[in-house]
Amino acid sequence: MTAPGRLRAPLATRGRTLHAGAWWLWALGLATAASRTTDPLLLGLLIGVAGYVVAARRTDAPWARSYGAFVKLGLVVLAIRLVFAFVLGSPVPGTHTLVTLPELPLPDWARGVRIGGRVTAEGMVFALYDGLKLATLLICVGAANALANPARLLKSLPGALYEAGVAVVVAMTFAPNLVADVQRLRAARRLRGRPDRGFKALLQVGLPVLEGALERSVALAAAMDARGYGRTAQVPRAVRHTTTALTLGGLLGICAGTYGLLAAQGAGYGLPVLAAGLAAALAGLWLGGRRSVRTRYRPDPWGLRAWLVAGSGVAVAALMIWANAYAPAALHPPAVPLTAPELPLWPALSVLVGLVPAVAAPVPAGAPGPPADRRTAGTAHPRNPKDLKETTT
Amino acid sequence: MIRFEQVSVTYGDAGTPAVQGIDLTVPEGELCLLVGPSGVGKSTVLNAVSGLVPHFTGGTLHGRVTVDGRDTRTHQPRELADVVGTVGQDPLSHFVTDTVEDELAYGMESLGLAPDVMRRRVEETLDLLGLADLRDRALATLSGGQQQRVAIGSVLTTHPKVLVLDEPTSALDPAAAEEVLAVLQRLVHDLGTTVLLAEHRLERVVQYADQVILLPAPGAAPVIGEPAEIMAVSPVHPPVVALGRAAGWSPLPLTVRDARRKAGALRERLAGQTPASPGAAAGARTGSEDAAAPVAEAAGLSVRRGRIDALHRVDLAVRPGETVALMGRNGAGKSTLLNTLVGMHEPAAGSVRVGGAVPHRTGPRDLLRRVGLVPQEPRDLLYADTVAAECAAADADAGATAGSCRALVTRLLPDVPDDTHPRDLSEGQRLALALAVILTARPPLLLLDEPTRGLDYAAKARLVTVLRDLAAEGHAIVLATHDVELAAELAHRVVILADGEVVADGPTAEVVVSSPSFAPQVSKVLAPLPWLTVPQVTHALAELERTA
Repeated sequence: MTAPGRLRAPLATRGRTLHAGAWWLWALGLATAASRTTDPLLLGLLIGVAGYVVAARRTDAPWARSYGAFVKLGLVVLAIRLVFAFVLGSPVPGTHTLVTLPELPLPDWARGVRIGGRVTAEGMVFALYDGLKLATLLICVGAANALANPARLLKSLPGALYEAGVAVVVAMTFAPNLVADVQRLRAARRLRGRPDRGFKALLQVGLPVLEGALERSVALAAAMDARGYGRTAQVPRAVRHTTTALTLGGLLGICAGTYGLLAAQGAGYGLPVLAAGLAAALAGLWLGGRRSVRTRYRPDPWGLRAWLVAGSGVAVAALMIWANAYAPAALHPPAVPLTAPELPLWPALSVLVGLVPAVAAPVPAGAPGPPADRRTAGTAHPRNPKDLKETTT
Repeated sequence: MIRFEQVSVTYGDAGTPAVQGIDLTVPEGELCLLVGPSGVGKSTVLNAVSGLVPHFTGGTLHGRVTVDGRDTRTHQPRELADVVGTVGQDPLSHFVTDTVEDELAYGMESLGLAPDVMRRRVEETLDLLGLADLRDRALATLSGGQQQRVAIGSVLTTHPKVLVLDEPTSALDPAAAEEVLAVLQRLVHDLGTTVLLAEHRLERVVQYADQVILLPAPGAAPVIGEPAEIMAVSPVHPPVVALGRAAGWSPLPLTVRDARRKAGALRERLAGQTPASPGAAAGARTGSEDAAAPVAEAAGLSVRRGRIDALHRVDLAVRPGETVALMGRNGAGKSTLLNTLVGMHEPAAGSVRVGGAVPHRTGPRDLLRRVGLVPQEPRDLLYADTVAAECAAADADAGATAGSCRALVTRLLPDVPDDTHPRDLSEGQRLALALAVILTARPPLLLLDEPTRGLDYAAKARLVTVLRDLAAEGHAIVLATHDVELAAELAHRVVILADGEVVADGPTAEVVVSSPSFAPQVSKVLAPLPWLTVPQVTHALAELERTA
């Protein structure tokens, strides 16, 4: 094999998928970067980077479709922010009046709240930047959701949290089943000669759907029990008590430490108490894991590519934080006075570091990859009609 | 390996025990078949082995159940997980994870096996069950037979000594059922696994059994013995046994091969006779075939679901009084075709007409009088909490006179009280209730999707009688089924679908006999003579007696 061939990303088979944690670190890095700027061009660039990586590396799995939902949610948030700024006014002073709405006279106790009144271009621009920032955060979370298999992420939880994790996984597999049930029962209404569309139809299948879900959960619980779910190892009494003490004490420590950090006078002891609490809670979790006899089948390896992906996200965040300290003005274009936002060169280049996963992460089999990768994906997964039929039989 | 000592189980506030006086031993390495009519407590016995009865289901268990020396009274199901593997009727409700490989590993993870052992066993199991190509697939995208094999594999990886299966083949097409049974055979032969299995479709499994446990009636003590001797007295038996009983063969044959070797004389006696045409005992299609306009007609019908053509250029016409069986493997498009006839899917090309109307453009109320479909899960049709309320609602929906649905229910189910909850009915009773609800509107076309799933032979015989009467009254019936015996008894015509296309369409005798997987047992035994069902043969034999 030639050198470029060796450098090309491998197919994401079971043993070579990227660790789900790496995707989350990458996405959280982008989100951190987004929270540090209000420049619409930089935010747009961040959205573009996240979107490109999702397009290049997402699978056909059900959770991969959540990206679109998150983009829509982001747009809704942006719209709400703009509507609020339009109707409720904006604290930003401005000179360019767009329209003047009739102002609602409010009683004395509601002073400081305004409904209607002057709508300025500056206020709207400020709201747009602010809303865009929130939308970008949501889109970054959506990207992580689309790229990382949630079940695998839960597999990396410490043993003591495993049972809670299973509950979440089961709930997640139940949601699609529930939707399928609703569709089936609505269709069945048609067979009884009742209308199958409309809100009322949906309401009337509610009870049977819930009954079905309940029956399925009981059947699943029986199956899990019969397959050894919840087997526990014998641990000495002392260890059990230590676990409880550590976990409870740790949580208390975390609460107290956080309070110390946030309150005005406790800044001195806040950090050490928080750290001690965290350590105690982690030790409690680790000890608690000894009760569980479970082992893990083929956990996702954390390899070079996982480092690259997670590192690129962290790098984007770090560079943006550093740029914030270095040249804050470039990252926060002022709304007053109105100016056209500029694209600061170095921050923009550092955002592009976030594109590394689009090259470094393994290619999912049969994914809609970018042109360069499509060839690889195509040969490994011939898409002839027979194949497609098989997947549905 | 499995021992029951004077076991009886009573659930909650039930007055009588669900099973009692069970005393049995299943030795190591045997394939043991549990048979009996519905409602005799087969599932209770199976779940008692895995400890789910009484630990999970509640109820009181008297006596003692031991598995590999472990008493289920003192061991929770999870502590028996390394000796007993349990697979239920519906593989989907058994799955905890979402991909094949994770599912196979789940049981081992719970037991805390070392990672290298888990890896090796998963690979072995993938090979043993022929699942290697499916290892990364999502479970929801597998076919029924594949899902059942994964479910079996998922309990095999922990190397249990005992495998307990509740109706493993009832939802499967004949080929997939053979696939699953071949796997069980292999486990018993190669790994010495003890298998305890309950199944309604005896024609598929009885020849593999080493021992048969018959629960003849609710509360009755079990009868245990060699398959041949139990089948001689069993109220439930496959057609090949019924044929052997009718012809007076002894010992009774259990396989088509044994029966064929004994059937020489019978074939000679029947050689001059012509069988009554299947299902047409009522003679519904007397010459009016061309005159009657079809009640349903599809021409060049294609239906797309997602990116796949679920149906591709299907032509089908169904005339009044005709019974058509749709057959084909899981996912061949049978249900899609039925659903299209009631307007749930819009055709991508071609046309479909039911009673002169285009189904997907017809309102539900109007459509109800043209076509009725009993879905795979009849419970989907039932919303009310008593049988009486359900009947009243059906009368209102159909605009029928009050009491007409109840009259139908009484005809189909003579002894069901008004205040029973539909959920408490047995599988067969529920089907009959759903059928009555649909028939209240008197649709000229009746569609049934897998009507015999989970029915025992008695319930099936009742269903056959009811459907024959309906066909004689002029209803057209289309049934999608995997049950070759049912198709042979009922259908005038068989249509075989494969990958959404019609690959065979013709009179039952011609289509079914020419295919090894769709041929009923009687036709396999008496080939090349065109006999399909036991009643045909007994009828002909009675005629011969009379003339002689």
